[in-house]
Amino acid sequence: MKKILELHDIAREFQMGSEIVRALKGVSFDVFAGEFVTIMGSSGSGKTTLLNTLGCLDKPTSGTYLLDGVSVREQSRDQLAKLRNQKIGFVFQAYNLLPRTTALENVELPLFYNPMVTAAERRERAANALQAVKLGDRINHMPNEMSGGQQQRVAIARALVNEPVMILADEATGNLDTRTSYEIMALMQDLNQSQGKTIVFVTHEPDIAAFSSRTITLRDGRVVKDQINQQVRSAKEMLAALPETEDYHI
Amino acid sequence: MKVLNLIRLALLALQRNKLRAVLTMLGIIIGVAAVITIGAIGAGSTASVHNSLASMGSNLVMVMPNSNAPGGARLQGANVETLTEKDLNALKKEATYINAISPSSQSKGQAINGSLNWPTTIDGVNQDYLAIKNISLKDGKMFSDRDVHTYGKVCLLGQTVVDNVFPKGVDPVGKIIRFNKIPFQVIGVLNKKGQNTFGQDQDDIILAPYTTVQKRIIASIYFGSFNASAKSENLSQAAADEMEKILRKTHRLRPTQDNDFTVRTQAELIQTLSSITSLLTALLTAIAAISLVIGGIGIMNIMYVSVTERTKEIGLRMSIGARGRDILNQFLTEAIIISVTGGLIGILIGETLAFVIANALNWEPVIDKASIMEAFGFCTLIGVFFGYYPALKASRLDPIEALRYE
Repeated sequence: MKKILELHDIAREFQMGSEIVRALKGVSFDVFAGEFVTIMGSSGSGKTTLLNTLGCLDKPTSGTYLLDGVSVREQSRDQLAKLRNQKIGFVFQAYNLLPRTTALENVELPLFYNPMVTAAERRERAANALQAVKLGDRINHMPNEMSGGQQQRVAIARALVNEPVMILADEATGNLDTRTSYEIMALMQDLNQSQGKTIVFVTHEPDIAAFSSRTITLRDGRVVKDQINQQVRSAKEMLAALPETEDYHI
Repeated sequence: MKVLNLIRLALLALQRNKLRAVLTMLGIIIGVAAVITIGAIGAGSTASVHNSLASMGSNLVMVMPNSNAPGGARLQGANVETLTEKDLNALKKEATYINAISPSSQSKGQAINGSLNWPTTIDGVNQDYLAIKNISLKDGKMFSDRDVHTYGKVCLLGQTVVDNVFPKGVDPVGKIIRFNKIPFQVIGVLNKKGQNTFGQDQDDIILAPYTTVQKRIIASIYFGSFNASAKSENLSQAAADEMEKILRKTHRLRPTQDNDFTVRTQAELIQTLSSITSLLTALLTAIAAISLVIGGIGIMNIMYVSVTERTKEIGLRMSIGARGRDILNQFLTEAIIISVTGGLIGILIGETLAFVIANALNWEPVIDKASIMEAFGFCTLIGVFFGYYPALKASRLDPIEALRYE
């Protein structure tokens, strides 16, 4: 099986005034194609720093990080941007959609920064990505005309549109209620299982981690636990088991 | 990134804040419109001054009497009596750079026709006067050399005089009018010339043979002035110099003595007046240009606010693959779109205003293609200049910090 991520002894230090803060103290693990990994950890565990490193927003101080075979530490700022564009699909807690911009235009955005994609292709791929997250009928809606779950699905479509090797989600269900969280997790599981997408999901909720195939736990900048999930729960089944909502109807 | 993509991204971003974009544009619109309008008014007024002077004959050379008395009271030129028939004949014979010359002896008085009368000026001239001053006849004919020699009591009327002493619809040609009790037969009517640049009505005039005016009205052998036409506008200075030499000779002035006359060319006057209006135009345009610069600062201000406000958006764009220079280019493109669109609207408004004003003042509308291109280029420069620094700031943001910005 192909290794998508290879981390070897990753350390990240920050200069805070005269003090040196060591956020990551030698993190090593590999992620294979088709895995659904959650990274758990309480605040201060180095979770966010690891996420920034995995997402090529930040470079490690030492150690090697290979993303799809590319050594990230040796890349320039512009090359990192290219890596983010073509190999990673970000999903954020706060969705980060552009306001007053249609779903389609939001999803098209990453393709603007990919010089290989023509205008016609851009539109078609964005529409397809929205179709894949079951928002094909809402392509011209503005973010403020959509529910939180729908907005997050637009964000997932945006992450998928450039066909990255990995989807990197940062507390992607943090702003959503239980039902909507399960819906998003069901979508993630579907992308992982039926389309073989590699997903790295950073969260602090054990509930969410139960949907993944593998959980890596961080504490104080070190990996303290890295285990395969024997009993992956199905978000779809959980969703079906939820009592009929009294909050709203879709 | 492709230019087309850049423009599309910038337009999308501007669309999200239409009101702000329009308000920012307003500064540029007003600035450009002001520069164009004022420039056009300036060019129009310069052309108008030039045309109105040229209509009196741009090759005109004028000789006026002047006192050269070194002491005592100096008299006003018109009251000095130095120009005579002898001068006129000498100029006619010896001056080679002129086509024609006519004396002028003016007198104020009352033009009377029956119960109607009108205070006006009679100008005693010769048969060449119309050609020299670029005046055309509306009706009738000019008096002849014979009329001049025989002190003929004939005259030509300007339109203002006709309007005031003849009832509507009456043809004045052939009728007799009186000027200061002396009867004149009207033999022609002059075409309307309107006011000159100094607001003087050029149609409030009666032309008659100078001999008649000198003998029968003012009883003087001296002339008020000479008007000559140089062979071309370019030769008018040479003609003036030559005439000065001839007059000094006929007046027997010693080299140490000053002229007792003044020779002036129309070309000189045109140049002086044109340079005044040009200077005024330049000044006003400079003031308008300041407002354009202020418009540019407005763009810079808004772009700064925009960069701060859109920090999170910039972080997002970077996280999905925008390079620093993509962000720089996008913000720069937004600034240029604002300034260029504002510039185009400003040009449109400015040209319309210029056209309306030119129409209202009866000028030829001056639409200067070069100034439009200049304004357009200047707007692009303003966009780049004032948009660059905010855009640079945006491009240097750290994506992690920017994403976390609330």
